[in-house]
Order: sequence, then structure tokens, then C-alpha cells
Amino acid sequence: MERIGFLKTSEAVGIAILAALILIVLPLGLDIFRLNLAGKYLTYAFVAIGLVLCWGHGGILSLGQGMFFGLGGYAMAMFLKLEASSPEATKIQSTPGIPDFMDWNQLTELPWFWQPFHSLTLSLVAVVLVPTAFAFLIGTAMFKRRVGGVYFAIITQAIAAILTILIVGQQGYTGGINGITDLRTLKGWDIRTDEAKYVLYFVNAGLLLAAVAAAYFVRQSKLGRILVAMRDKEDRVRFSGYNVANFKTFVFCLAAALSAIGGAMFTLQVGFMSPSFVGIVPSIEMVIYTAVGGRLSILGAVYGTLLVNWAKTSFSESFPELWLLGLGGLFIAVVLAFPNGLAGIYADTIAPRLSRLLRRARPALGGTVPAGAPAE
Amino acid sequence: MFADYSLSELGSIFVMQGFAGLILFSVFVLMALGLAIIFGQMGVINMAHGEFMILGAYVTYFTSQFFQNVLPSLFPIYFFVAMGLAFLASGGLGIAVEWALIRHLYRRPLDTLLATWGLSLILQQVYRSVFGPREVGVELPSWMMGSLPLTDVIEVQINGLFVMSLTFVITLVVGLMMFRSRWGQQVRAVVQNRVMAGAVGINTHKVDRLTFGIGCGIAGVAGSAFTMIGSTGPTAGQLYIVDTFLVVVFGGAQSLVGTIFSAFTISQAQSTMEFFLSGSTAKVLTLLAVVGILMLRPQGLLVLKIRR
Repeated sequence: MERIGFLKTSEAVGIAILAALILIVLPLGLDIFRLNLAGKYLTYAFVAIGLVLCWGHGGILSLGQGMFFGLGGYAMAMFLKLEASSPEATKIQSTPGIPDFMDWNQLTELPWFWQPFHSLTLSLVAVVLVPTAFAFLIGTAMFKRRVGGVYFAIITQAIAAILTILIVGQQGYTGGINGITDLRTLKGWDIRTDEAKYVLYFVNAGLLLAAVAAAYFVRQSKLGRILVAMRDKEDRVRFSGYNVANFKTFVFCLAAALSAIGGAMFTLQVGFMSPSFVGIVPSIEMVIYTAVGGRLSILGAVYGTLLVNWAKTSFSESFPELWLLGLGGLFIAVVLAFPNGLAGIYADTIAPRLSRLLRRARPALGGTVPAGAPAE
Repeated sequence: MFADYSLSELGSIFVMQGFAGLILFSVFVLMALGLAIIFGQMGVINMAHGEFMILGAYVTYFTSQFFQNVLPSLFPIYFFVAMGLAFLASGGLGIAVEWALIRHLYRRPLDTLLATWGLSLILQQVYRSVFGPREVGVELPSWMMGSLPLTDVIEVQINGLFVMSLTFVITLVVGLMMFRSRWGQQVRAVVQNRVMAGAVGINTHKVDRLTFGIGCGIAGVAGSAFTMIGSTGPTAGQLYIVDTFLVVVFGGAQSLVGTIFSAFTISQAQSTMEFFLSGSTAKVLTLLAVVGILMLRPQGLLVLKIRR
């Protein structure tokens, strides 16, 4: 089969179509408000891509991806908040120079773990490193002891709940239930203007395409094949001499790092971060994006995320009561009827016809159909 | 944290918080029993368990309204009627759900989790549309109100005592059903070896359906008991579901005794710490301890030994 770098031709075509959609079609077709919304959805797609690798290929269902999304987002928000609370901007507070919610909670100096976030470099390192280290800790502890499947799902869910309770409870250090709000500038560059929103959208889209490419790279590597083998017959892989726990930890950390990047971009584009993106409910919603797109398809996950969120926004604008019913029904329908999501539908119905069409038109290209491309 | 209290005060605090912990324990046990049956025995993760409980709570609420308006003379004993109705309603819904949804997913436990989460969203929205978004509380009959003074500093609430004795009775009944009845024998046989159980003539599909129904029915009774000590809203079920799963996993998924034991440990730890620390810190510490112990001992506290 022809290859472009590490991609099959069909995969490269799929990525090109996605790139055309998010880099050209969406910016031209949507006003800045809608485009900003689309950018917000695309930040969830980072989580969905991580879940495709971790859940679809590795067989590890994590119900706590919101933690990593949130940690990445909080790391970014802490930097922006510190910049927004310069001593001049906060001189009406009883202690100028600390974030406003700390002042409201009678804190008189910046806690130690906020100190590194004065530096942009350290903050960007923290965006990726803190969630990854956290995932490493959870992953090693669990996978070394061969906790998997259902138990892993329940325990990650519990950890997500703990983190949410902690963030909400420690109001003085984290901003509590409201989260970290009122973010203004990044190194003096106002992130609230329309122009900044355009720039951030494209940065986000570029990062997402890079993440998609990285995910394809992992999938076609030997590591990706071992993941699939582990999912299907863990014992055989173990008996062949592979350290299963290390592979699982790696893919879990990778998913966490991707989610964290999504979280940081979320904070930048939306302008705040709150515990409502950390807990159980958002984490499970992110799983459904992946399931709708197709748990085995990297591109499908991106389209699934866009589609579910677009449906959510348009439904909850016009019929707020129906949205939960729709989402619940979607969960059940996907699980019962379409376990491979949109990508599965595409592969079963559209791809064969497309391939027949292509073969008739250009015999040289026969049979190279993007396996993971969307059904739209 | 202990320095500010004298020894006798500390004693009373521990007794009172211990009592509060016992009430929490009762709710945990009632929720976890149903879940332990469904998850431990069938391997199905029922994320909608909280919503089955809330259904029981709503049934109790409407029964209390009915008795208040139509049969005020029988009001003191409405609760027993309500409990039966709650069991039937939740159990019936459970059987319907098993038929429509769960039976297609027995081989895919992670998918039962997603599908039942979807179900829980639907049920929440249905409750909100049908019963309204407001939280409702039931009126207790007069004999359940007030408290019993044990010493001059220690008092226990009667409704708490009632919920506890109810828990005790229900646990006993479930234990008898599991270990003495024919149904229980069949359930345990199916858990230990589904294929062999089928081969000796047990209708495993029927056992599954009944098990799921009874698990959900117990959740309904739990919801009924829950109205004695708290109010009910459409989303109240979700508050408890993670805790309950932790209780079941912590206890060792297939052991009912383990479930009770872990419910006791978790609830006592949480309510004792709650007095000295803030509520959220107590909860975080308890959950962290549970997750930590689970990492060291993933199989849970008590393990049923099965040869696979």
C-alpha cells in the first residue's frame, strides 16, 4: 500500500479533509462567536483522541479524563490569573497582587504552589507535566497490580470525584465552585478580542491536527499493535515477554497529556476554568463523544465531538428539556446498535460505495479508502 | 484537633457522630446491597442505580400525599405500604430495563456502564419533567419524630433508629433470600459457573432478569428509607452513585458481608472526621483512603473464593 511518511494514503486524505474543514470551511462559514464555540468543541476533541488510543485500542476505559483536561486548564488559568492580578490591577484589595478570590477568602499571601505560575515557560511545562505525572502515578499503581476493566473505570471515576470535591472545597486556593474567572491577557496580549479569538482558534486547530498525526503515528507503530493485542488477549502478550503494565501506563499518560493540552486551549479560548469540567459528568460526556465518533477511529472521534456538541448547543438553545433525553438516548443507541459509532457506519455503508466509485473513475486508486474517516 | 475537648466530651462526640455515621451506614448498605447483587453477582454496572432509588423515594412521597389526603386515619402506617409500592415500582422498572437493555450487553460490562449512564440521564429528565425540578420531602408520622435522650448530652433521633432497624430487617431478608431460598441458590450457581448452571437446568436468563429486578427493587426500598432523613430531587441519585460503587468494590465485589463491612468502615470514618474537619475534607480523606487501599488490595476487603 502506498504511504506518505508513516500514514497510509487513505489516512493522509482523511487528515487533509479534516484540515480543510477546520482550517478553511469553519472559519469562512461561521461568525466569530460560532467559531469560538467550534474552537471550544475542538478542545474536547483532544480528550476524545486520547480516549481512542486508551480505550478503543488499549481497552482501558478511563472515566476520569476530565481530571486531566481540568488540570491542564487550571495550570493555564493560574498563569493568566496571576497576570490579571498584578498589584496595580488589584490595589483595592486588602492584599494587592494576589488573585481576587484569595483576597475574599482572607488569604494574605500567594500559596507556594502558585509561585511557579508567574512564569509562562513553567506554566506551559506544568500544563503537560502535572497531568501526565498524575496519570503516571495512577497508572503505575493500578496497572502494576493488574487492576483493569470495570475496576479501573470505577476508581478513575472516584478520583475525578475526589479532585472535584477538593477543588470546590479549597475555595481560597482554587477559586472554589466558580473556578478561576476574569482572565484577561497573555503576556500583555488581550485574549478577549475577536482578533485574539481568531488566532487562538487557529493555534488550537493546528495543535489538534498535530495531535491527530501523533495519534496515527502511535497507532501504526509497534506500540500501537501491542496495545491492540493487549486489549484482545492480555495474557498472551504478557506471556510473550512484554511488560503489559508499562504499555498501559504509557498510553494512559499519553491520553492524559493530550487532554491537558485541550484543557489549556479551552482556558485560553473560553476565558475561564471551573470544576464543572473536571468531575464525573463531563468525563463521561467525553467518553460519549468518542463512542459516537467510533471508539476505534481517530478522525471519527474529532467528528463525533463536533457533532455531539453541535447537537447539544442547538438542542439546548431551542428545547432545553429534550437535550438530556437526547444525550441519554444517544448513549444507549450507540452502545446497543452502533458500537463502532459514525466511523463504523461509514466503513459499512459509505466506504464500499465510494471505493466502487473511485475504482471506476481511477483504477489506480482502487481500494484505498479512509478506514477511519467520518460519515457525513 | 482533639486538644480543645475534654475526655467525656470526646466520648459523647464519638457516640453522636457514630450514630450519625450509622444512619449514613444504613443508606449506604441499602443502596449497596442492590448494587452488590447486580454488580457482584451479574457483573453489570448499573449507573442508573441512584435513579431507581429516587423512583422509590418519589413513590413514597406520593403515597404519603395520598394517605394524608384520602386516608388520614391510616397515615401513621403509610410508610410500610409505601415501601412495598416502592419495591414493586423500582423492581418492575428494573425488569423492564433488563429486558430492553441489559440482556443485550452481558458480555460487555463496560458498555453496560455507558448504556445505564444514558438511562440515568433519561430517567433524571423524566423525573424533572413529571415531578418538577423542586426537591420534595415527606411528612413523617408523629411517632417517628423527636429523639430519645440516652444521657443528658447524648440524644438519638427516632427516624434514624427506624431507618437502622429497617436496614437490619432488609439485610436479613436479602441474606436469607441469597443463602436459603431456591432463587438465591440459583443466583449463586450462575455466578460461580454460568455454563454449568445452564447445563444442570437452571434458566439463566430468568435468573438474570429476576436478580436485576430484585436489585433494583431493593434500591427502591432504599429510596423509600432515604425520604425519612433527606429530601428528594431529580438528581439526588447521582450524589450517591460513586460512593456506593466504592463501597461495593471496597468490600469485595462478590461478597455481601464484605459490602456491609465496607459500608460500615466508610460511613463511620466519614462521619467521625466530619465533626473535626470540614465536610468536604472529611469526604476527600475517606475517599482517598479507600482508593489507596484499593490500589494495595484491588480485590477488595473480603474475597469470595471461586475456582475459574
